[in-house]
Amino acid sequence: MKKLILVFLSWTLLASAPPVLEARLTPKRSVLENGMVLLTSEERALPMITLNLLIKAGSRYDPQGREGLANLAARLLTYGTRSRTALQISEELDFIGAGLSTGCSEDLATVSLTLLKKDLDAGLNLLADVLTASVFPPEEIDRQKKSVIASIRARDEEPGAIAQTKFLEALFPGSPYGRPVEGTEGAVERMERAELVEFHGRFYRPNRAILAVVGDVSHQEITERLAKVFQSWDRGGAAEEPVPSASPGPANSIRIQKNLTQANIIIGHEGVPRSHPDYYAIQVMDYILGGGGFSSRLMDSVRNERGLAYSVYSMFDAGKYVGTFQVTMQTKNESADEAIRIAIEEIRRIREQRVGEDELQAAKDYLIGSFPLRFDTNRRLAGFFAQVEFFELGLDYPDRYPEMIRKVSREDVLSAAKRYLQPEKLIVVVVANQEKTGIKK
Amino acid sequence: MRFWFFFFSLLVPAFLSLPVQAQTSQIQDVMLENGLKVLLLENHKSPSVTFQVWYRVGSRNEEDGKSGLSHFLEHMMFKGTPKVGPEEYSRIVAKNGGRSNAFTSADHTVYFATMSREKIGIAIELEADRMANALLDGSYFEPEKKVIMEERRLRTEDNPTAALAEVTGAVAYTVHPYRRPVIGWMGDIEGLSREDLQRHYRRYYVPNNAFIVVAGDFSTPEILSKIKATFGKIPRGPETPKVRVEEVPQRGERRVVLKKEAELPFLLFYYHAPNFKDPDSFALDLLSVVLAGGRSSRLYQELVYHKRLALGVDADYEGLSVDPTVFSITAQVMPDKDPAEVERAIDSLVARMRAELISEKELEKAKNQVEASFVFGQDSVFGQAMRIGQYESVAGWRLLDSYLAGIRKVTAADILKVAKQYLDTDRRTVGTLIPIKEKKQ
Repeated sequence: MKKLILVFLSWTLLASAPPVLEARLTPKRSVLENGMVLLTSEERALPMITLNLLIKAGSRYDPQGREGLANLAARLLTYGTRSRTALQISEELDFIGAGLSTGCSEDLATVSLTLLKKDLDAGLNLLADVLTASVFPPEEIDRQKKSVIASIRARDEEPGAIAQTKFLEALFPGSPYGRPVEGTEGAVERMERAELVEFHGRFYRPNRAILAVVGDVSHQEITERLAKVFQSWDRGGAAEEPVPSASPGPANSIRIQKNLTQANIIIGHEGVPRSHPDYYAIQVMDYILGGGGFSSRLMDSVRNERGLAYSVYSMFDAGKYVGTFQVTMQTKNESADEAIRIAIEEIRRIREQRVGEDELQAAKDYLIGSFPLRFDTNRRLAGFFAQVEFFELGLDYPDRYPEMIRKVSREDVLSAAKRYLQPEKLIVVVVANQEKTGIKK
Repeated sequence: MRFWFFFFSLLVPAFLSLPVQAQTSQIQDVMLENGLKVLLLENHKSPSVTFQVWYRVGSRNEEDGKSGLSHFLEHMMFKGTPKVGPEEYSRIVAKNGGRSNAFTSADHTVYFATMSREKIGIAIELEADRMANALLDGSYFEPEKKVIMEERRLRTEDNPTAALAEVTGAVAYTVHPYRRPVIGWMGDIEGLSREDLQRHYRRYYVPNNAFIVVAGDFSTPEILSKIKATFGKIPRGPETPKVRVEEVPQRGERRVVLKKEAELPFLLFYYHAPNFKDPDSFALDLLSVVLAGGRSSRLYQELVYHKRLALGVDADYEGLSVDPTVFSITAQVMPDKDPAEVERAIDSLVARMRAELISEKELEKAKNQVEASFVFGQDSVFGQAMRIGQYESVAGWRLLDSYLAGIRKVTAADILKVAKQYLDTDRRTVGTLIPIKEKKQ
């Protein structure tokens, strides 16, 4: 059929900044009385508003044996409140054509809402309702459990997703950062309503939340309205939980048998958290190695020269507390071994020789030059503001960024490669028809 | 689709078909002497400019045994010209802070770059150069063929639902070229030659078979003079061959079963339907929203929420196609549920759509959803440019003007009429994915 296919070269979040101060990238910031951090930016071109809420209620807060609780809680927010049934919530949202979605990651739950300016009051009422008055009706819990379990199974037909799960499991054994946010079928099955209610009461608190609002509304206007709809939402008293440990697992070679035509490969190890002082040198180095789309070394050697893969890239994914490094690619079963060997060769090469002056300059030019263009929609701006706050980068981050990239030297790249690429620690995951790969165990 | 991708049809069902009513009056339409049309829309909400070249050629223009030719050519367009080295295009754009890529569909091949106002001239020069001077270099031909075969393995061979869509499409159409996959059959890709590419390039890559769309932060006179100075020099080519194949009317349901390693069964219904040139398209668009727009929609309520038969459902009217198209309904079946039962549930729901008027409230809700997504769709200049290009390639961009008015005029009786006329069992093809167990090695 007609497959309209489109592309976003999505570089790692928050990678860079413009040469001159960009007013539109600097939000207004305030802290509401109940402790919620509010970031806003007026964008008056369209009669629409995007709200992006992050809340510290991710899967790292799952109690032991209850893996998947945070995810289930986030999903259930929109399935019944004190004053609305699940159907009423969706009827109201659909009637105004608004989009309200919830999500969950290791650190954060997210709620995002996009609506027309004229529907702001209706939308904020709904938003406040699902955040503060969710009741977790038993029949909805049952429904969402079945749905989560089906999703866990459905993931088993996506070889890339299987590889990712196995990689994280081997990298952070026993840690919340090493297991799927959805949890396991068994744990989801066992979840009880009281646990959801308790989790919600404890973690869904305004002083754990960041709200970014971008669109046709002023800071003052939104502040007043939020104060009204959230007046009954109180701070939580719970102390900040310690960050769960995530000590990296040893080098490993993991083979998963699937009757596939391609081997889905992930090679990687531990990375760095977002606050790491060498983060920027690492980003430049990774751009040259495999983060730079069609400009990267991995793309050249694996795809362009040898035709071994359609997609190949590397990424230092930096979270607040932990990070990963991984190379991801797919190649026909028969060439799995060769592709892995070439990728590892590239990892070694960038550790041994300084990168070229032109390569370095191209990387910096892209990272600095593309920055203001990357946040070219309200939704992306709202996402960016919330992340800057969560990672504590500071409101002046867009102004500081170009300099942090500009000052990275060839020596910095080399030393970042030496320190943060560790061939002896690589975990290699191959989901493939193993008989055909010819990889020795 | 050289890298990264997603399917538009997975977004809000009516998203792409939504108009830019408030803004079409601002579109400038300029025809160069060589037959190249230029469509320009200034939008200064963010600092980026999207520049797109649309060639009116896709898999629709291919012949049996040569499927995948347009897509292969798209890949080879990145292999340089006498002035620009292989893969340099992407590097030059990236070094100047921009992102670039391309994609192929049944109807067109599109190249695009998003850059700042100061830099967009670079992309314009590069695109004009490769419209006339692409080398399609021999030494890169074989490796790139391997890349495309990997792409096919990734997208289709190892992706059960994509494989189902491919085989169902091949049965829904018997003579029209829409029966062939855009990426091509594996055997055809293998058999394509350099001469095939050269011929295709010479025949279709002429200014009079292309048009340009520019949207974003630029000045019209400035960019027009740049376009004239570059593209204006390319001579008009011979008229391109027209595709005049008409699909024979279907008389009786067709059924396809795909047995493949997978976790969940999947159902796909293709109903023949007219494209956007037909006045029925407004009602068909709204019909897709009534069926699957949001959680309060009919399919979602019935199959996902009440009966818990499906993990997810969708309805999609792909009216933006050059020739008559299909209206699709899909369902991912819950574990342990029988696809036949899901099919019966869809059938009885469709039967109701064909027998009873929807309520005024339901109609208003669908219209509100369409209008809201229309505003949200303008948040991205890239999205705006895409929409203008799609309309232009199907029926002329001016059709955008009448779109929203057309939607507003639709009555419940119109929706009943199109449901009766097009959601006809005798004019559909049903594809079913039956998961089989992994063969143990």
